Amino acid sequence: MLKKTLFYLALCPTRLPNYTATQLTSLVVLRILIGWHFLYEGIVKVLNPYWSSAGFLLETKGIFSGLATSIVANSTALGIIDFLNMWGLIVIGLGLIAGCLTRIASISAIALLFLYYVFNPPFIGYTYSIPVEGSYLIVNKNLIEMCALFVLTIFPTGTIIGLDRLIFLKKKHE
Amino acid sequence: MKQKKKKKSSNRPGKKPAKKKKVTGKISKKLSNKKKITDKKNIKLTNKEKLTDKIDKKPAKKEKIIGRESKKTSKIEKVSLERRDILKGIATIPVFGPFLYAFLKKKLSDDFKKKEILAELGISRKAPTVLPKTILKKPKELIRLGIIGFGGRGEDLVHGAGFAHPDWIERKKKQAKDNKLNKGLETFLTQEDLNIALTGVCDVFDVRAERGIAASKNDTRPGGDSGLLKGARRYIHYQDLIQSNDIDAVIIATPDHWHTQMTIDAVNAGKHVYCEKCMTRTIAETFKITEAVKNSGKVFQLGHQGRQQDSYIKAKQIAEKNILGKITLVETTTNRNSPNGAWVYEIHDEGSPETIDWEQFQGAAPNKAPFSLERFFRWRCWFDYGTGLSGDLLSHEYDAVNQILELGIPKSVVASGGIYFFQDGRDVPDVFQAVYEYPDRDLTLIYSATLANGRNRGKIFMGHDASMEVGSSLTVTADWESTRYKEKIMNNIINTSLPLFTYQPGLKGIDTVTSATERYFATRGLMYTLKGGRRVNTTHLHIKEWLDCIRNGGQTSCNIDRGFEEAITCHMATISYLEGRKVEWDPVNKKIV
Repeated sequence: MLKKTLFYLALCPTRLPNYTATQLTSLVVLRILIGWHFLYEGIVKVLNPYWSSAGFLLETKGIFSGLATSIVANSTALGIIDFLNMWGLIVIGLGLIAGCLTRIASISAIALLFLYYVFNPPFIGYTYSIPVEGSYLIVNKNLIEMCALFVLTIFPTGTIIGLDRLIFLKKKHE
Repeated sequence: MKQKKKKKSSNRPGKKPAKKKKVTGKISKKLSNKKKITDKKNIKLTNKEKLTDKIDKKPAKKEKIIGRESKKTSKIEKVSLERRDILKGIATIPVFGPFLYAFLKKKLSDDFKKKEILAELGISRKAPTVLPKTILKKPKELIRLGIIGFGGRGEDLVHGAGFAHPDWIERKKKQAKDNKLNKGLETFLTQEDLNIALTGVCDVFDVRAERGIAASKNDTRPGGDSGLLKGARRYIHYQDLIQSNDIDAVIIATPDHWHTQMTIDAVNAGKHVYCEKCMTRTIAETFKITEAVKNSGKVFQLGHQGRQQDSYIKAKQIAEKNILGKITLVETTTNRNSPNGAWVYEIHDEGSPETIDWEQFQGAAPNKAPFSLERFFRWRCWFDYGTGLSGDLLSHEYDAVNQILELGIPKSVVASGGIYFFQDGRDVPDVFQAVYEYPDRDLTLIYSATLANGRNRGKIFMGHDASMEVGSSLTVTADWESTRYKEKIMNNIINTSLPLFTYQPGLKGIDTVTSATERYFATRGLMYTLKGGRRVNTTHLHIKEWLDCIRNGGQTSCNIDRGFEEAITCHMATISYLEGRKVEWDPVNKKIV
């Protein structure tokens, strides 16, 4: 059952895509770059013993600010969130670069970025004290990366260039 | 491999499958001629594969052609397909190479910078050990405490000792409910149980005396109901409390004009004293109190709880290690911007000549005034009872600098200011500056205060090589024209736009800062106190230190000598302000010139 679910998740849509070499290359390059970004963001956090999502969460504006404050106020919850965030970023990064369980990785990445986006939305009237290097109006880097991952989800490449080819192709032959 | 075997066995149901596995291209041609039927099967199979293997159409086509033209067996095709699969499967793995290379290079460079900085500074990254251990042993010997003056600060001190009025508990509960980050109640309840009983309360205002008694009985406290919560006795006159045999030690939290007399009476009656700042109201009182305390041998602690602030303790280590270079200027400030911050406290509804013992309140005040609710509740606004900004708030700033640099009494002071915002009948200034000179130390200490602006200006130690800002956290930033760090600045090891390092309370140690984001968080210190960092009330630690010295002997950190320095330094500024002149200290004859 688990195998079947994994199989479905990783290969859906079941009809495998038919790309030109340029299309395939661009999609794979995009996948690797996003994976690289996730992986490094995760490693940096793991290596810094003082890192915590508390600073980010306390900046939360909008409907999730209450939830964010509750998380920060509870050291256990904060610990769990910090752990999930750090290691989630690393696992997603590894998955995207290696093309391993690519679909699961991209969907998780979208979910994570969505959380970042809604907790600190760049909406009119919200100001943040965390320094940013650019100027954003509604659209920010999280939203763009999220959309790029959405593209990667509907145009999968893991089963062509990636470990998914080895993991799932065999099953096709059987 | 499993799959490969399966295919082979199904394709070739012949006699010796093991041998056939090893067959090369040429031989396979022969074989395929001989066994046309099987070959056909193979072609069918490649077609099937073509259909299934939609992943990679082009190569599949190629294979089909090869398969047809050269009439290779399916086995050979399978081998080439597997190889390509593997190659394509792992095609992106080499990306980890440059990633690791770049990552390690960055990490090594960051680590090198941090190591170089710490080696240059020669300081330990460890935190000073002021935070009490998690498992705390309750001290055996019971100390019976009396408090004189149960106003705002008196209540704070009693919280530090481990007692709180039920109203306060309720208010804190509500605050914690409204703002989950408000941990005031949690901090109070997890305080160490100091094994004390609050046995005496003296306040000239009935309502406050009753509050003190209620606090002494409340079992919502660290350690819970210890069986000692029999309730404090109210003493109408402070002398009765001091002479009582039910009391071992006294906290004095009255207006400043009473500090000297009460402390002298208490130590003479054999009581240990914790006295609020400013220690005295005048220079003459300062000599009297110092003599009495020294002669009594009783344990005296002056209420500068900043002595327990671990960032101050770390700052002292940094100053001692000469990390800042020659310090020539120290700037300390007070900025407040609310009526409460300017001592315009609420006047209690029940305050009246019937509920307030006005005569006892005035006591040692130099000028007797008719009953006044303003003067009673807002006594800090009059020099008759208090010491204005100098004794009230400069005293804390001075004591912090004295703790860090051990400055002692200055050579001279010039002070100025005025009543510029709160023109409500007070006679103490609400804007006040004092400039102290320490020619022996080649240093100037500036104090600058306003009660009508809330800008945070901090406490800054300026040295030739670096600046240090000390608050609840600590930040050291190298000076861009420093001599000592010149080479490291030129080699980009030290970046003067970022702190050289920071220290946060509750943190494992000091940390060097290598990015703007880290700098942002370092200046705020949120995560350090929130993540596993235990919050401790410094007033609690200061009282605990006093009790520890009563039980085990030793010197309190803000003993009578530090108190003498504090009081003289503050009063010099007050005199300078009031007399409009430069005031000097004669260290030989120990007098103001």
